[in-house]
Amino acid sequence: MSPSVPLQEMIRAIRSARTQCEERGVIQRECAAIRAQFRQADNGGRSHNLAKLLYVHMLGYPAHFGQMECVRMIASPRYSEKRVGYLGAMMLLDEKQDASLLITNSIKNDLSNSNQYIQSLALCTLACMGSAEMCRDLAPEIDRLLRASNSYIKKKAALCAVHIVRKVHDLGELFTKAARSLLTEKNHGVVHGAVVLITELCERNSETLERFRKTVPDLVQIMKGLVISGYSPDHDVAGISDPFLQVRILRLLRILGRNNEAASDAMNDLLAQVATNTDSTKTVGNAVLYETVLTVLDIKSESGLRVLAVNILGRFLLNNDRNIRYIAMTSLQKIVGTDHNAVQRHRGTIVDCLKDQDASVKRRALELSLALVSASNIRSMMKELLSFLSSCPPELRSQTASGIFNAAERYAPSQRWHIDTILHVLTTAGGDVRDETVPNLIQLITNTSELHCYTVHKLYRALLSDISQQPLVQVACWCIGEYGDLLLTGECQETEPVQVTEDYVLDVLETVLQSHMSSPSTRGFALTATMKLSTRITENVDRIRSIVSIYGSCIDVELQQRAVEYNALFKKYDHMRAAVLERMPVIEKNSQGHTNGETIKESQTVKVKPGEPQQPANQVQANAAFYTVFSIVATVTVYEKDGVTVTLSCEKQSDSGLTVTLTASNSTESDIRGFTLQAAVPKSVQLHMKAPSGDSLPARGTAKVTQMVLVFTFADMSEVYETKVSPVTS
Amino acid sequence: MFALVANQKVVIDWPCFWVVLGGSFLPRGVYTVLLFKMQFMLLFSRQGKLRLQKWYVPLSDKEKKKITRELVQTVLARKPKMCSFLEWRDLKIVYKRYASLYFCCAIEDQDNELITLEIIHRYVELLDKYFGSVCELDIIFNFEKAYFILDEFLLGGEAQETSKKNVLKAIEQADLLQEDAKEAETPRSVLEEIGLT
Repeated sequence: MSPSVPLQEMIRAIRSARTQCEERGVIQRECAAIRAQFRQADNGGRSHNLAKLLYVHMLGYPAHFGQMECVRMIASPRYSEKRVGYLGAMMLLDEKQDASLLITNSIKNDLSNSNQYIQSLALCTLACMGSAEMCRDLAPEIDRLLRASNSYIKKKAALCAVHIVRKVHDLGELFTKAARSLLTEKNHGVVHGAVVLITELCERNSETLERFRKTVPDLVQIMKGLVISGYSPDHDVAGISDPFLQVRILRLLRILGRNNEAASDAMNDLLAQVATNTDSTKTVGNAVLYETVLTVLDIKSESGLRVLAVNILGRFLLNNDRNIRYIAMTSLQKIVGTDHNAVQRHRGTIVDCLKDQDASVKRRALELSLALVSASNIRSMMKELLSFLSSCPPELRSQTASGIFNAAERYAPSQRWHIDTILHVLTTAGGDVRDETVPNLIQLITNTSELHCYTVHKLYRALLSDISQQPLVQVACWCIGEYGDLLLTGECQETEPVQVTEDYVLDVLETVLQSHMSSPSTRGFALTATMKLSTRITENVDRIRSIVSIYGSCIDVELQQRAVEYNALFKKYDHMRAAVLERMPVIEKNSQGHTNGETIKESQTVKVKPGEPQQPANQVQANAAFYTVFSIVATVTVYEKDGVTVTLSCEKQSDSGLTVTLTASNSTESDIRGFTLQAAVPKSVQLHMKAPSGDSLPARGTAKVTQMVLVFTFADMSEVYETKVSPVTS
Repeated sequence: MFALVANQKVVIDWPCFWVVLGGSFLPRGVYTVLLFKMQFMLLFSRQGKLRLQKWYVPLSDKEKKKITRELVQTVLARKPKMCSFLEWRDLKIVYKRYASLYFCCAIEDQDNELITLEIIHRYVELLDKYFGSVCELDIIFNFEKAYFILDEFLLGGEAQETSKKNVLKAIEQADLLQEDAKEAETPRSVLEEIGLT
């Protein structure tokens, strides 16, 4: 092994440079020398120069000026130069460079060289960086080598063919026959190459796959030979005979046995034998067992064999080696849908893995645990998952939170448990939950009317201790707004009641309003809740009035708008206030409607703004997250001015549609002609306005004009629209 | 138009499906294509200095540098007792530390991680046998030899020879060939030829 002295000297010089700057200087000098040498005629030191350039390239410095030198060196008759030239080609050239095409001819010549080591260089380079054109050019050569050469070349040609097939799928046809015959060879390297090639051919073409199914008995035979045969020193790894070949054969069997009963039967015995006989104390044995398990689970194996495979995975779960535990969980994840009961047996071990130190193992354990939650184990699993949530790494928190919510929704044993679970998640990981959590929880709470008192008490207490978790604060504010009166009664069946006065409750809401931790939408919730309490408390209505009027000049536009409207509700429309702020009815359960990022709006708002200019629809878009919740009233007078009265009545038509009837009447002395009604809705809602019954309002209310409007939404709740009345008096 | 709620689950899942496949999507029946391929192998020191890089997929120099930088950072941040496998982008990374060098392979989705560990181990054994108790300095000063050994063991990302003995024999022969070729070229004086100097 003669050292290339100039190369090693340069490496030493670079390494002894003390600063980055010094190193750059050394390298610049060397590169200049190398470039000069390249320009000179052949001087015997070419391979050293190129090697030096490759070293510099590995350090990260530009070396593109060496590309042509590589091409020249590959064409050289000297082996040492060819060797370094090809290495340079693999490092500096790739199929995206134009210069790579120039070496095609050299490779072609070298493929037919009498010296096998030169052939080997060409094959290696072609398999590493051959472009599609090069592959097409040289495929016939490779096929020739596959048939007639020694085993050293055959094994390399086989893998070269694999690369060609990956690059140009159609060329697979060319190699099919040769691949078949290679299976019968004795040399392990050749058989290995053949198996890899056949695997690739079968994956690319289903006809080829059909043809190669006939080789299953041969493969089984080869495999048996490896498993049963005695110690073979050449290929032995810790007692396993040629594990690399075994794994490859198992993989090919998997592809051949998929969806095919006959093939799966033929390999059944062999798989059972490998599964039972392979020594699992070392990694290499486990590698073969792992591949066996993957194969068994993918083909149409009989149930006994499947049970055996799952049991192997179960054993893996108990292995001390973390790697083995990790891959066991990966595999179990794949079959948890189909072999659910088998995987359930190992639930305990899987849940223990949640406490592992490694984040990858934790992630796997989490996914698998969530998949294993069922109606029978929901309580114990949830305990584990909740304790995991409090200690899990931050990148897993939102996944855990949403997994817990899904599981709770599907398998909750009782409403109270469901609400408790969600509240627990919100207190521990409130910042990582999805946006839909808040409306979903509100819906859940509204529908559980028997627990309103319990829920509001719990949320009130949560709010007293911590107002930083926004989703929790939003739900709590909403709840207090709706059910604050239950707090004040001082009674509760399900939990210890609080002894509060109205002032305390308003204090809490005001704290939320004023806190810098509250987001704008949270403050909106708090303001609305405060407003709603005005109908539920008796003594401190003035305090609420003053809060609302203060926020009428708030710098936040949304908050200001709300405050102004509520002010109006106090002043001009006080007679409507009680009706408008009535308690919410039971919201009907809508399906998992997460419209691609839009939040569900649960508001039924009748905006009363006669005379004001029409507001653009998107000002009340979902993103504002202002869930102004009023109750639906059968008929509401929305406009009453100058003798013209417009009333609105709603009727639920279907799950996603609502019929609104607008009725207009005129109590003045003169007729009104050219009367039109216009309506605007936000983007999540569609509007169908039917033709009005007429466009003139006769005097003294002798007749009315009605118009039907059909409103459709994605979620069946949102309906925010405005009406504009534009009469043209005659 | 109404974007029925039922369909939305499909909409959300679809992008994930493509990411998992990563490589070429072939017209198949109901099952996924099994992808087995080693995309690249990197050797780097504990300070993050690259000692060997072998790429089996065509990427520009810039992309290679970016991938190397990110991956080296990710692997070096792992604690000693952690799993040898990690998911990175849409690949599986299998890595193992031998003395001061990290050996890192990127394999595709369906590949067997445990056998990849064995491949890494086999490569280390070959280096060890060749250099006689190999250390990082050997690989630094004889990097081209490390490449030659790797190219005798893996071809196009797949193992080509499963017998340690045969790989080492082939390297030996190739080295001899190189020596003979060099000998034949060195111009010798007439005196040297007849053995007088």
